[in-house]
Amino acid sequence: MAVSETEKGTYTIPIGPIHPALKEPIQLMLEIDGEKVVNTDVLAGQVHRSIEWLGMNRNNPVQTIYLAERICGICNICHPFCLVMAVEQAANIAVPDRAEYIRVIAAEMERIHSHMLWAGVAAHEIGFDTVFYLTWRAREEVMDLIEYVFGNRVTKAALQFGGVRRDITAEQLPRIQKSLDYYKGIFEHLRRIFLEDKTVQARTRNVGTLSTEDALKLLTVGPSARASGVPKDVRQDQPYSAYADLNIKAITPDIVTGTVVGDVYDRIIVRLLEVKQSIEIIEECIAKMPEGPTMSEPKMPRLLRLLAAAAGEGVARVEAPRGEDIHYVRLEAGQQTLTTWKVRAPTYVNLMAVPTILKGMQIADVPIAFASLDPCMSCTNRVTVTDRATGRTSLLDYEELHRLSVEKTRKLQR
Amino acid sequence: MERLSPQAIIDSFRKELGKGFVSGTVYEREVAVKKNKFRSLWVEVKKSAFRRAVEHICRLQEHPHLAVISSGDLGTEVELIYHFTIYYGHHLEELSLGLRVKLPKTDLTIPTITDLIPGAIFTERETQEMMGVKVVDIPDGRRLFISEDVPEGVYPWRKDETGPEKLLRVLPGRKPKQWDQKG
Repeated sequence: MAVSETEKGTYTIPIGPIHPALKEPIQLMLEIDGEKVVNTDVLAGQVHRSIEWLGMNRNNPVQTIYLAERICGICNICHPFCLVMAVEQAANIAVPDRAEYIRVIAAEMERIHSHMLWAGVAAHEIGFDTVFYLTWRAREEVMDLIEYVFGNRVTKAALQFGGVRRDITAEQLPRIQKSLDYYKGIFEHLRRIFLEDKTVQARTRNVGTLSTEDALKLLTVGPSARASGVPKDVRQDQPYSAYADLNIKAITPDIVTGTVVGDVYDRIIVRLLEVKQSIEIIEECIAKMPEGPTMSEPKMPRLLRLLAAAAGEGVARVEAPRGEDIHYVRLEAGQQTLTTWKVRAPTYVNLMAVPTILKGMQIADVPIAFASLDPCMSCTNRVTVTDRATGRTSLLDYEELHRLSVEKTRKLQR
Repeated sequence: MERLSPQAIIDSFRKELGKGFVSGTVYEREVAVKKNKFRSLWVEVKKSAFRRAVEHICRLQEHPHLAVISSGDLGTEVELIYHFTIYYGHHLEELSLGLRVKLPKTDLTIPTITDLIPGAIFTERETQEMMGVKVVDIPDGRRLFISEDVPEGVYPWRKDETGPEKLLRVLPGRKPKQWDQKG
């Protein structure tokens, strides 16, 4: 074959339909030239579940809270939190101050467990399974705490329009403090593993870089945007609920390293420090939590009547572990369902950054670079690889891709 | 860049768009113990002034954040709301800005804004497939979420005859629900 022909040729590898990092359904079409990724196409929608349609046609608003909780198993507070705030605006429902604090405590516990989960997955992606076991073991502490406080590990059904369904009692406080102390105790250990280990650095520094400019243009949100030096955090910028009483500062990687690179390593820094920040927020909330009721309308039939009679619209934003979450709600008087409900989860916008992040990467770096965005497909959904020379398409499955990534780490360690 | 107050922003839209400006309101809500204000702006513009309105937002804030486009079926017209946020990155300074534009069902087209905000592509693709609003000059007009086996001309967010009800499977022995009744 002539040289000019091979130079032109790229090869498209499909990865998916179960995606390469977090075992969730999305397809990435990677156009590669040798080992290098030239272009990526993201094919979402593999598991579109028509949740918005159900909220607009089948459920009454209270049932929709529990539907919103099931948009994503990890963000099972953020989505209902966002929905209840939008409906509270639309129907003009007041929220007791104590409930606002409990909501924030629930949201921050969720952030700790989500970031710990991500850290474990990231370690696994580069073949560091001991760290994966360690972080997931540490994550159990907060899962147990969530179960203790809210009655369930995952879907907690804690929120209601105009408040929360469970109070935090004085007897519960020592147990909560015990878990927070546990995380404070292991933080230094985790920091050393993730930020000082040479192998982790070799696999994450200058990998999957997203510049500040691109992050702004592609509307990237959450830790991925902050790692690129965009100090954007809804809890800081437009604080909602009890965050409005706290003075939260968006975490960017320059706090630790003095510079912003926008790579995978920076994303680790941001998430690690956010775990610490979440612990501080929970402690502050417990200290400042006012006494009082936790619900403004505890009687369900009255609440439903009030919602059916209400007319208006509301838009609420919540800083979920992966970034900004937004719900728009429109209510019409006399209608039993939400007239319009639009949900936008953070991964929806973060996926647009994938082609930029993967450009120029080696195939073996694809899993960790992609996973570093902490994409969540239930919120939003596979990778195909094409040879420029032959035009052949082959499917790279998760095991194969993971094996390539682990091999790279082993080579670096030798 | 100098940051304007919410009312001044509405006035700047009125001045900039002239007859293309329909209405503008400021929503405020006090939150939690310190009663800090949660503020959002709602601006409605005519379709003819829509591009100028987005260009104006780009002047208020370099790289405005477009969260999403929400769309609602209002019977004879479709309402699109572009949810922007401006003045981010500073404590308590950020404002939500909902830019509303109503399109008659006889002419469901809207110009693309991906030349101004490249990240608008996903939400424009979604609006196109879910609501049947044609985005003029969209650089990538493929479907985003809906799978290829769903026929053309079915729009899940619509509440008229183009809605997805005809695709619903009715289990044997059950009657199809009357979807045309409200609620």
